[in-house]
Amino acid sequence: MKAFRHLDGLVVPLDRPNVDTDAIIPKQFLKSIRRSGFGPNLFDEWRYLDHGEPGMDNSRRPVNPDFVLNEKRYQGAQILLGRENFGCGSSREHAPWALEDYGIRAIIAPSFADIFYNNCFKNGLLPIVLDEKIVDRLFREAFEEEGYRLLIDLDSQTVKTPSGEKLAFEVDAFRKHCLTEGLDDIGLTLIHRDEIRAFEAARKIEQPWLFNGNDK
Amino acid sequence: MKARNLYDKLWESHVVRQEKDGTALLYIDRHLVHEVTSPQAFEGLRLAGRKPWRAGSVLAVADHNVPTTLRAGGIQDPISRLQVDTLDANCVDYGIEEFRMNDLRQGIVHVVGPEQGATLPGMTVVCGDSHTSTHGAFAALAFGIGTSEVEHVLATQCLLARKSRSMRISVDGELSHGVTAKDIALYIIGSIGTAGGTGYAVEFAGSAVQSLSMEGRMTLCNMAIEAGARAGMVGVDEKTIEYIRGRPFSPKGEGWDAACSYWRTLKSDEGAMFDREIAIDAKAVKPQVTWGTSPEMVVSIDGSVPDPEDVQDSVKRQGMIRALDYMGLSPNRKIEEIAIDKVFIGSCTNSRIEDLRAAAQVVKGRHVAKNIKLAMVVPGSGLVKRQAEEEGLDKIFTEAGFEWREPGCSMCLAMNDDRLSAGERCASTSNRNFEGRQGPGGRTHLVSPELAAAAAVAGHFIDPGKLS
Ligand code: SF4
Repeated sequence: MKAFRHLDGLVVPLDRPNVDTDAIIPKQFLKSIRRSGFGPNLFDEWRYLDHGEPGMDNSRRPVNPDFVLNEKRYQGAQILLGRENFGCGSSREHAPWALEDYGIRAIIAPSFADIFYNNCFKNGLLPIVLDEKIVDRLFREAFEEEGYRLLIDLDSQTVKTPSGEKLAFEVDAFRKHCLTEGLDDIGLTLIHRDEIRAFEAARKIEQPWLFNGNDK
Repeated sequence: MKARNLYDKLWESHVVRQEKDGTALLYIDRHLVHEVTSPQAFEGLRLAGRKPWRAGSVLAVADHNVPTTLRAGGIQDPISRLQVDTLDANCVDYGIEEFRMNDLRQGIVHVVGPEQGATLPGMTVVCGDSHTSTHGAFAALAFGIGTSEVEHVLATQCLLARKSRSMRISVDGELSHGVTAKDIALYIIGSIGTAGGTGYAVEFAGSAVQSLSMEGRMTLCNMAIEAGARAGMVGVDEKTIEYIRGRPFSPKGEGWDAACSYWRTLKSDEGAMFDREIAIDAKAVKPQVTWGTSPEMVVSIDGSVPDPEDVQDSVKRQGMIRALDYMGLSPNRKIEEIAIDKVFIGSCTNSRIEDLRAAAQVVKGRHVAKNIKLAMVVPGSGLVKRQAEEEGLDKIFTEAGFEWREPGCSMCLAMNDDRLSAGERCASTSNRNFEGRQGPGGRTHLVSPELAAAAAVAGHFIDPGKLS
């Protein structure tokens, strides 16, 4: 996993609440058995005017000029500004894979759906929750100022605006640690394998039926 | 001892260790796997040279991609086929039990787990699928996870998680005639919003919930995720225990009695506290129909499409305008005047035997309206299908003009060939009405099986009681 510490990135404002993971990456692309290559189909139904299917040459498809990601001034954006309940719906991790593959490294919104929020951390993406009023203001600034950038510093847990204002955000210590170090959390968990074994053994005695069925 | 709620009990009994910041290592008892969210997890496992920690805790089934017609010849779409083949191969390689496509026990993972007794009270149940909340109907702590977490659970039998806040939604009083679990679910989402449950584990309680069958409770918990809650749950009572008795994976003999006495403790203690409590009057719930592109955009069957002009909040108003435009609806249109093109009865929300019985009851002796291009019933599993056929439900549906299909997710998410064309309007018993969910440009209205069946017969939405 890519480590995340600081990011000085161009901001793209996606002004809709309840952006769901079906919209982030439509189901026809979920048939892939790989983890990469989803970027060109990020927001496929909003981004292109035709219907996308896996294996198409996306560079030849008609793009929707009204969709914010297609605007010239937002090309190369690394920070996505979103509204409430971002990432709701399906648990598909293809959503953060697509965002990451496209080049997004952080998402700022007033709230995120739980599973999506978790999935981001597993893929080196930083979801940042800021107060609704502040997000509202960031939207205004991002629309007004071309080339609007934000400076994210995970160590100090702050987002710095062009005017120099610092906005603090919360993040769990454990997640922060994994993200700043780019750690594989399976490896970290397996450090505790003896504890897991002991827990399992006790469980087998207390609730033996959990280990029946197909668990011979 | 301090009074604990059901969620406290389930959580505390699975914590292997806890970090200072509250992150816990949670032991997972049951891991359900399907073809769409698992290939990259198995790949990760292989690349790291790891093996499943406890292959016996895993049960796999292909459901999202499988065709609902012509199965003997295999899957035609090569990309879908590769995904299902990949699951088959991974299960063979790692000694994981799988119900393959042509196995009678195959079906939607959230129908199959409980049906097999693979979901038991007191378990932690995970699956790379958001509707894993369904299994909470059995007083299990059940929630959806992403693919990295699927890999994590395969490799370690544990998950890193933080305890959510707790919410109790009590639905008390008597339900009106024709009001189903689906209507309660949609009504709740309409009241608290699709983010209303975010960060919470929700317990459904109250006399109206207790009066529901296990199928109904599964429908309710299934939709908890649409209210933003990762987990929904209902405490154990005798109905729970009766449902589990004698299922293939459920305990037998002495183990059964020991299990039952433990399971009976799996409910919130008297006086237990919750971070948030919501009370719903069962009498206020009427049959529900969604009009927009989010499950919270919902009204009663006797209502009308709302007017964005009546809404103060500008973000919300814009969302409504977009939704109405996508749905091809104008404000104040009566719900019962909305004509539909297709009807889908199926999905992990409403494809169990009870759902099919209820729909068949409405359809019996009637015929699908002329303007309906397709009305289909997709049973939740091969076993549900067989049971329905034994009861003659398939005949009722086919004689009325419905198609009777093989089990799978089907038009709930349209990953196989079952889908809406652009502009088509569907009465669907599934759980998501997002843009493009049932096919690009497709328009989904979420309803109960009864309402879907009535809509098929009338050609537009109608209260089933008004059918001639
Ligand atoms: S039926 Fe629909 S919601 Fe349920 S698991 Fe399948 S795709 Fe997901």
